[in-house]
Amino acid sequence: MKRFRLDWLVLPALGFGAVIAFWYFSSATWAKELPNPTKTWLASRDYVLKPFEKRGEMDQGILRFTWYSLVLVTKGYLLALVLGTPLGFFLGLSKTFTKTFDPIIQILRPVSPLAWLPLGIILFMGAGKSASELGALFTIAVCAMWPTVLNTAVGVRAVPQDYLNVARVLKLSRAKTLWKVLIPATLPYMFTGFRLSLGIAWLVIVAAEMLTGRPGIGGFLWQEYNALVYEHIILCILTIGIVGFVLDRLMSLIELRFKTA
Amino acid sequence: MSDHVELSNLTKTYPTPGGPAVIVKNFNLRIRRGEFVCLIGHSGCGKSTVLSMLAGLNEISEGGIVLAGRELTGPGPDRGVVFQSPSLLPWLTAYENVMLGVDQVFFTASAAERRQIAEYYLTVVGLGDAMDKRPAALSQGMRQRVGIARAFALSPKMLLLDEPFGMLDSLTRMELQQVLVDLWNRNHLTALMVTHDVDEALFLADRIVMMTNGPEAFVGDILHVPFPRPRDRRVLLEDPEYYRLREELIEFLEVRAYTLKNQSPPPSPPRPDGAASREAAPRSAVPMAAPCPTTPSVLSAS
Ligand SMILES: Nc1ncnc2c1ncn2[C@@H]1O[C@H](COP(=O)(O)OP(=O)(O)OP(=O)(O)O)[C@@H](O)[C@H]1O
Ligand SMILES: [Mg+2]
Repeated sequence: MKRFRLDWLVLPALGFGAVIAFWYFSSATWAKELPNPTKTWLASRDYVLKPFEKRGEMDQGILRFTWYSLVLVTKGYLLALVLGTPLGFFLGLSKTFTKTFDPIIQILRPVSPLAWLPLGIILFMGAGKSASELGALFTIAVCAMWPTVLNTAVGVRAVPQDYLNVARVLKLSRAKTLWKVLIPATLPYMFTGFRLSLGIAWLVIVAAEMLTGRPGIGGFLWQEYNALVYEHIILCILTIGIVGFVLDRLMSLIELRFKTA
Repeated sequence: MSDHVELSNLTKTYPTPGGPAVIVKNFNLRIRRGEFVCLIGHSGCGKSTVLSMLAGLNEISEGGIVLAGRELTGPGPDRGVVFQSPSLLPWLTAYENVMLGVDQVFFTASAAERRQIAEYYLTVVGLGDAMDKRPAALSQGMRQRVGIARAFALSPKMLLLDEPFGMLDSLTRMELQQVLVDLWNRNHLTALMVTHDVDEALFLADRIVMMTNGPEAFVGDILHVPFPRPRDRRVLLEDPEYYRLREELIEFLEVRAYTLKNQSPPPSPPRPDGAASREAAPRSAVPMAAPCPTTPSVLSAS
């Protein structure tokens, strides 16, 4: 591949330019309902330039909505890690456990968040007002935990026999073996799982908010779709993408720190 | 001196798709307290298998091992193991790697005493300045120094080394042999070391145990190394006896390791008392003559 000065800047700019051009072209020709980039910007300006303003329950600055979503995602994501990591360890350590639960995991894993959410709400029906939040948390956790579960299990199985032999020769207790050998050795794999899980948790939040109508970036998107303000849908899509990208970068940085260990 | 370690009729069988594979059969060896024994044999004959059974990391199929009067049943820190790859935990510093074992063995000692033990051994192997480095920041040779310090720091009843210098260049290798022997000269731990290197064995060992080729490998012959200690490599190399012994080892590896292969190993008698019967096979024209009358051990035990 040819390289030239500033190619890291010029080439991505060309990519963005091409997509924006296609967007203009589409809204002018075959997708008449699609607002073009200029219209989108004008309609979104208030939301972007006053990102933390609160004008009403469903009319707030874009970062304020993002913040609501991030809070919910963080809760669900932590729940996913708390459930997924031990599950991964059990799968990695015990063949019997794997044989028992792997088939059911393989069946539950591909189920879409849109399918889990109604079940989540039913599960927490008794909780009254917070049913929708608990249902959303349940959905995020149950969808996001699989990469953590599977990567942790792979990591545990990949712990070099040499390290385990050291633990056996020294007769380390189970707890010591876990904390001093197994967990540090598995950490790089765990963090790969954590990163992928965060990506999924962020994907799920939108679906969860859309269905429950909670204030947040996804809820806003759905509301504006119903209110026929299509510009804001695009604004939400871009925001979701950028936030997801930033989250992934941050996790990669953390992951990298553990890779070198 | 008394027998410190006793391997009797040690046998290792692996189940394979083509039926059970007998890797080691009726391996008999006695090691006295404070003795340094080297185990040589062709690649794949089962040296590591024997050593890992001693370490308790590999299940014993038949026979048994007694260490300091006790039948071995599993791994334990009473045997310090130096693996071929140093097997240091990469997320711990050199000091922490040694400390992991020290904490385990000397749990009654004070923190300061434990710290002293770890620092002492790391200093003796020449890592006084590199204690707080992680393995990734150490050279291969330095890593194996940590491995050696870790094993000695346990003050084990026995030292087990499986080709500890196999991955090193010859210069580093000689350096580490010296480190090992210096450390060993301080407290004469009973040691069994697997090696491919005839010169290494002659420099380090009191006795060299030669294994026949597998499968069904056993102790083909044992060579006494009479050189006084402490040994000086240069003095050794000027001794004609050195070359005679070296020749003998090579002859075994090139000829007898193969010819002995098809003869059945001698089952060991229950408990011979005479010192003469210590060796598995006396060196003679009929190499595989059993050291004692070959009574089945079941019968004579009663
Ligand atoms: N799990 C197993 N199943 C079947 N055969 C095995 C198994 N583990 C080891 N072996 C066989 O046992 C034999 C002895 O292996 P071992 O590692 O003890 O040899 P070695 O003498 O240490 O060789 P080297 O000098 O190359 O280290 C080999 O032929 C190997 O193929
Ligand atoms: Mg080996």
